[in-house]
Amino acid sequence: MRAIVFEQIRRIASDLFSVRAERITIESSPESIEQWDSAKHLDLVLAIEDTFKLQLSPEEIEQMKNIEQITKIVESKLPATPA
Amino acid sequence: MADNLREEVDELIASGSAEAAAQRLLELGRKESGPAAAAFIASRIEKLRGKIRLLEYRLSILRSFTVEPLVPTLRAAAFTFGIDLQVQIGEFNAYAQEILDPESSLYSFAPDAVVLAARTVDLAPDLWQDFTSLSPASVSEATQRVCRSFRQWLQAFRERSQASLLVHTLEQPPRPSAGLLDQQSLAGQAESIQSINRELRLMAREVGGVYVMDYDALIARHGRLRWQDDRKWLTARMPIAADHLIYLSREWLRFLVPLAGKIAKALVVDLDNTLWGGVIGEDGINGIRLGSEYPGAAYQELQRAMLDLSRRGILLAICSKNNLDDAMEALEKHPGMLLRPKHFSAMRVNWSDKSQGIREIAEELNIGIESIAFLDDSPFERELVRSALSEVTVIDLPEDPLQYAAALRECPVFERLKLSAEDGQRADFYSKERERVQAEQTFRSKEDFYRFLRQEAEIAPVDASSLARIAQLTQKTNQFNLTTRRYTELQISEMAERPGWQVLSIRVRDRFGDHGLVGVAITHDEQGSCEIDTFLLSCRVIGRTIETTLLSNISERALERGQEKLCGWFTRTKKNAPAGEFYSRHGFELMKQNAEGSYWTLDLKRGPIACPEWTKLTVITNGGKVESDSIRTNS
Repeated sequence: MRAIVFEQIRRIASDLFSVRAERITIESSPESIEQWDSAKHLDLVLAIEDTFKLQLSPEEIEQMKNIEQITKIVESKLPATPA
Repeated sequence: MADNLREEVDELIASGSAEAAAQRLLELGRKESGPAAAAFIASRIEKLRGKIRLLEYRLSILRSFTVEPLVPTLRAAAFTFGIDLQVQIGEFNAYAQEILDPESSLYSFAPDAVVLAARTVDLAPDLWQDFTSLSPASVSEATQRVCRSFRQWLQAFRERSQASLLVHTLEQPPRPSAGLLDQQSLAGQAESIQSINRELRLMAREVGGVYVMDYDALIARHGRLRWQDDRKWLTARMPIAADHLIYLSREWLRFLVPLAGKIAKALVVDLDNTLWGGVIGEDGINGIRLGSEYPGAAYQELQRAMLDLSRRGILLAICSKNNLDDAMEALEKHPGMLLRPKHFSAMRVNWSDKSQGIREIAEELNIGIESIAFLDDSPFERELVRSALSEVTVIDLPEDPLQYAAALRECPVFERLKLSAEDGQRADFYSKERERVQAEQTFRSKEDFYRFLRQEAEIAPVDASSLARIAQLTQKTNQFNLTTRRYTELQISEMAERPGWQVLSIRVRDRFGDHGLVGVAITHDEQGSCEIDTFLLSCRVIGRTIETTLLSNISERALERGQEKLCGWFTRTKKNAPAGEFYSRHGFELMKQNAEGSYWTLDLKRGPIACPEWTKLTVITNGGKVESDSIRTNS
């Protein structure tokens, strides 16, 4: 499950930041990706909400400091899939 | 996810195959509509700029809320219509200063169109938040204040810019302050906001080139409670829910596409499983699904939408793989049909390739391939047409027939921001044209045919009643157009007032009917010569010497003003071959030639160009009076 969510977030980040998907890792953050500024952060939030059909709270948005945290937050909000 | 498509696009760009990269990008846009794919597409458009044919169009957005995340979606969608949309965004809540200050970045950006998107809460915080504390007098004061501001902004904007302006209406609160009482009141919150919106429509009509974008209706259409995202508003000044942003960008596009001149003049439709459910050749007239009840109602709704388009001046045509007799039986006799043979200006019912049928229809209707939209339930046929004729607007129909009518109604290429009298009668013109073509074939000489037509023409300077149609013709005419210069209404009226400039139009009538205003000539006097800036004819009247009639009148007017020469450019485009011989045929001499075109001169000292004897010409001068009303025989 986490791997699928990570791949989707990686795809979104790659599209938004114009960076090749392979360059985006679980550790990627605004510090390591130059194009990831505050305006792009809002784009990222909106794209995640649109793609996964969920809403992120201001607190969650605050915690989204790198791809790993984003993946965890998104995963925790997705409905549990039957095994 | 279409990862391979993305890689393919980047590889094609890297290898210099811009056209193929653009095709793959369009395919990506059809497969994925989310903001991420849009960001990818928008960034790749930058790389393709200058390498493929795109129309550059500049949009400035004045706003009171965050619109930045919309921009990639808007640009990606504009790209599907062949538009390279360049977007500038104003500062938060600075729209008033930006409009009023002639030195502002709004005007230095030189936009083609401007959106004014301000929310009710920002424009009228008292009406939005404190309504129940207001006395009736202060409510009406508040609405008047908002209207006064809008009026001032619209007028100031028009003095400083010729760009089109889209003004958002004010949205209604989802829960009025007075609760149910507001619904009973004639002067409540809802009514007050409504009255401002009504006033906006009146203002837009007074100031040219201003259009109302009904933001409130857009929100209502998608559900007021689902539209808003209060948390994002409070944290990021973004009031619209992430999954609803696309609807605002689509609504803007419905204006921008026709404003940029990307319009369809004809809709070509399939029959089986499009105009009706089922296959007429197999199910028979009693077996196809079509009527006012489910499941036939879906198809009837589509036909109703097509009827609306036809009343808007869009021609309808059929391109279907069928036996003609089967198809005609359904078209003529099925009780559920809203559309009958008379509604279609051309038909290709046979077993040949649809791209061939569409080409023939374009030729028969005398319009360019790029002015055609194609509607077919089969993804296979759509793809074939798309790959054979990339200029055609191919409408993607959803799986569910109940959604067909909506897909058609939402397609921006059918939007018109203004209708001329000609638009409503267009379908009639074409059926008369068919009679005319038949008549032409029975005459021995062209001249006999011209005499038989009993043409009457009237040439007049531009006035308030002809302004919109003249601008429309400069925007839409591709074939008989010597310079293909596109002008807005404002530019036309500004030109008409410049000293030494003349903006003339010609109306034509004949024994088959009134063609309306079908030609435009714009000239300006230079030292000793009259320069033709624009000379065009609607395709409806090509090939019946109307161009000679108009040119003859220009030459007479130039002589009266003491000019010795008549000069003009012919600028070649992909479409204007029908006008290519115009100057040489009328005795002009070629003076120079360059990559863009050729420059021609006629010495007027030998007298004016003769008006064809078979056309009865009425000339109206600037004083508005009829100067002559006799058949000219000075040939």
